[in-house]
Amino acid sequence: MKYDVAVIGAGVVGSLIARELSRYNLKIALLEKCNDMAMGTSKANSAIVHAGFDAKPGTLKAKLNVKGTALMPELCKELSVPFKPVGSLVVAFSDEEVEVLDELLERGKMNGVPDIEIYDAEKLREAEPAISPEAKAALWAPTAGIVCPYELTVASVENAVVNGADFIRNFAVNKIDFNGEEFTVSNGETEIISKYVINAAGVFCDEIAALIGDDSIHTVPRKGEYMLCDKSIGTLAKHTIFQCPSKMGKGVLVTPTVDGNLLIGPSALDIEDKTDVSTTSEGLSGILQTARKSIPVLGTREVITSFAGLRAHCDRDDFIIEPSEKNSRFINVAGIESPGLSSAPAIALFVKDMIIKALSPEEKGDFNPVREEPVRFRHMSNEERKALIAKNPAYGRIICRCETITEGEILDAIHAPAGARDVDGVKRRTRAGMGRCQGGFCGSKVVELLARELGVEINEITKFGGDSKILYDRTK
Amino acid sequence: MQKNIICVACPMGCGITVELSDNGDILSVTGNTCKRGDAYARTECTHPVRSLATTVKVSGGVHNVVPCKSAGAIPKEKIFDCMKKISEVEVKAPVTLGDVLVENILGTGIDIVATNHCPKE
Amino acid sequence: MLNYDIVVIGGGPAGMAAALKARECGVESILILERAETLGGILEQCIHTGFGLHYFGEELSGPEYADRFIKLVNEKEIEYKTDTMALEITQDNVVYAVNKEDGLLEIQAKAVILAMGCRERPRGALNIAGSRCSGIMTAGTAQKYVNIDGYMPGKKVVILGSGDIGLIMARRMTLEGAEVKTVCELMPYSSGLTRNIVQCLNDFNIPLRLSCTVIDIHGKDRVEGVTIANVDENRKPIKGTEEYIECDTLLLSVGLIPENELTRAVGIELDPVTNGAVVNEFRETSHKGVFACGNVLHVHDLVDYVTLESQTAGEGAARYVLGKSEDPEYITAKGVNGVRYIVPQKINIRNDGDVKLYFRVGEVYKNAKTVVKYNGEEIISKKRPRLAPGEMENVVIKNEMLKKFSEGGKLEISVEV
Repeated sequence: MKYDVAVIGAGVVGSLIARELSRYNLKIALLEKCNDMAMGTSKANSAIVHAGFDAKPGTLKAKLNVKGTALMPELCKELSVPFKPVGSLVVAFSDEEVEVLDELLERGKMNGVPDIEIYDAEKLREAEPAISPEAKAALWAPTAGIVCPYELTVASVENAVVNGADFIRNFAVNKIDFNGEEFTVSNGETEIISKYVINAAGVFCDEIAALIGDDSIHTVPRKGEYMLCDKSIGTLAKHTIFQCPSKMGKGVLVTPTVDGNLLIGPSALDIEDKTDVSTTSEGLSGILQTARKSIPVLGTREVITSFAGLRAHCDRDDFIIEPSEKNSRFINVAGIESPGLSSAPAIALFVKDMIIKALSPEEKGDFNPVREEPVRFRHMSNEERKALIAKNPAYGRIICRCETITEGEILDAIHAPAGARDVDGVKRRTRAGMGRCQGGFCGSKVVELLARELGVEINEITKFGGDSKILYDRTK
Repeated sequence: MQKNIICVACPMGCGITVELSDNGDILSVTGNTCKRGDAYARTECTHPVRSLATTVKVSGGVHNVVPCKSAGAIPKEKIFDCMKKISEVEVKAPVTLGDVLVENILGTGIDIVATNHCPKE
Repeated sequence: MLNYDIVVIGGGPAGMAAALKARECGVESILILERAETLGGILEQCIHTGFGLHYFGEELSGPEYADRFIKLVNEKEIEYKTDTMALEITQDNVVYAVNKEDGLLEIQAKAVILAMGCRERPRGALNIAGSRCSGIMTAGTAQKYVNIDGYMPGKKVVILGSGDIGLIMARRMTLEGAEVKTVCELMPYSSGLTRNIVQCLNDFNIPLRLSCTVIDIHGKDRVEGVTIANVDENRKPIKGTEEYIECDTLLLSVGLIPENELTRAVGIELDPVTNGAVVNEFRETSHKGVFACGNVLHVHDLVDYVTLESQTAGEGAARYVLGKSEDPEYITAKGVNGVRYIVPQKINIRNDGDVKLYFRVGEVYKNAKTVVKYNGEEIISKKRPRLAPGEMENVVIKNEMLKKFSEGGKLEISVEV
């Protein structure tokens, strides 16, 4: 196949770039090495839209964070992705940390972050009743918010596909040739041809760049571990609660999620293996201990799952968004660590402008920016539910009890553009299996539905592609 | 010789001591709290038996397999041979609870019977 | 809006027994709501034998035990809807439920019997570190795959937790050709029944490691192995005792949690120890006309006890519907000194029958006594050669005794060594 632009990596950045480019008369391929989009950093992060006071003024991070955060509410509306402008608090526990708040306030103002202010202890307690009595003050940033990062990615890909882009999964790029005019991008089995290549491969950006001889990128995967707590304590934090930042990152936060859970994390550990997303007992106990500094009542009783993600940390300490020195038609989008999610909408525009400048494509007349909101049975009134089941009885069968997810919603997820192909894909799109029983009851039903709809035997179904099959052979 | 046995005849799980002579005759049984325990301990010392529950392959049913059990206890050492024999059997739906799926399995005199229904697909 | 005297939520052993008893007590209009495709509940996948020894005096498999009640439900023409999920109970006992055929059901009930059962504790609740790859599931999920679907979820298996389902699945997987490497139990004793340790582990030479847990799970796409370690008296892993075990599957049997989401949403008072409702001797909850029985009330080790308890709840609901229940004068029942909980937690002393109290101890005791005290005074004492957390105990408070109590009194059961 011949394309104008090949985007490597269907994380939130690559997916939003593909979606932005799908506004134009361009042939776009979004290449993903896994069985689904959002399989790397985009599915395992803090899910925070940062206000933008952290980054050093003048950096790309500073610029794109504030701009991305400003774009986020409208983008989420267009794509029907949950976003909640809950605001954030950076809490100081000592006089030294109170001084850090003043620095952050200054930096925020320089970066153009709107409406930030310092809360004294009393005001802080009013805003966060469960906050530690040790807390002295906090920096309040009302523009910060929370978003569902994998749903944003899924929605971007769906919208890009609806607007003509090709989403090609299980395409692990291992060879890129350039003949002076076009790239040949290969996974060892299949080749695609493209005029431009955008390297949005997250922690693998360095390896992809190296395929064209560009050795300028050095990615260090930095592991972050999280714990997710039951909805019963989801309101223990009303806002995103940070502690004062250190050089390894923004420290451990406690935040509500858009789905009403409570998220605690992350740890920060530089590692070597880019596929190592295992959690460690030290990491998990460490984040809990640190999080208790903010909210002392936190315990392990309500934890429903833990996970780890890798930040694509680069040694340049800023986002790298520029054509490669080796080939100006190969654009690196690397080092997208925090505030990468917040910046993603702005990064997409930034990269789009480069492509538009180079290819001068025409805008499509029929671009549809809207991704319809998927059916969410659990959010409906009983009247709406009646009407829905009358139209399609599949919405009358509950598959996931904990989250009240219907068969109809799971079928929708499978048959959506760039739909789910595995159990985790169904889970990310519908929340089936995300509740307190973690798929104990619905897991096997989801496997059955996937097998039925995809026309395969149930032992072909995987958890997340590759060798992650759930079942072996028939017993007899 | 003395043998200590935990009774599995019921969920109580009594600890039973069996006194055996040198040629294997049972001299005494103590520690049991019911008659079934006495019988269990005697059998366990001379020719241990177990009941077997597994599944049989079904064709044309709502499920791939139907559960089954041995209608009585079978010699413990024949459990895996019985499993092998049962794995070779395939029955056609519908299956009704109580249907004999394998008669007199491996000459033990015990039938393998269905323990649930499996209607046609 | 539909109208029923009694709506039973859950068509497993608890729901069926409760409905049948209510019918026997004279209630005509009863509806059972069951979320699965058939009645029977979790028994449908429990194909091993050992059910019914107390109740039927026979050793039945789960489906056989269930079938006896399903037959009766059909014979007595008790209405039920399968594939139907209850979504909500309102303050006025209106039950909202949903299925494919009827769509959204709105049912006004005079009494509601909660019989939703329990669920297994997932991995997340244990916070086990390591990979989140394929090959990690609860023992109950594996049981469904093997016994209902007929597929093997693994070939080389480690089981964490020696609850009964874990033990049963150790044998089941072995019979089907898998190699069960070990069963690890965090506690110094097994929470499963002794007979299951003998029949499911010892018979197949599967080692049971007590005071041992899984501390790491290895593998990228599929489990490749686990690291286990011994734990100290505070259940913390002991450095230097780590051992790697190669396996492709980790089954979890680490406890059951009553499924009380509906209960909680109505605002019914829950017992923090049982995770089920606080009930009286007829298993009526703090919400008038709402009863609870079976594993949704507290986790039972034997289905026979579920049946008996549910009959009590069914009788209670019938009395309520038929206007036969007395105004209560309650005394409370509480477990102390080794007794973790008692069900029921409160007893109406105006009740005209005997009351059986079910309770569980917190650890293993040998040659101990269980002592019942009323307002500090010993009224019953019974020798017990063996007490274990996995085995539910009971004691009967005779009605003549009950009649001597007065409102607000305190009943306590304790273990004395």
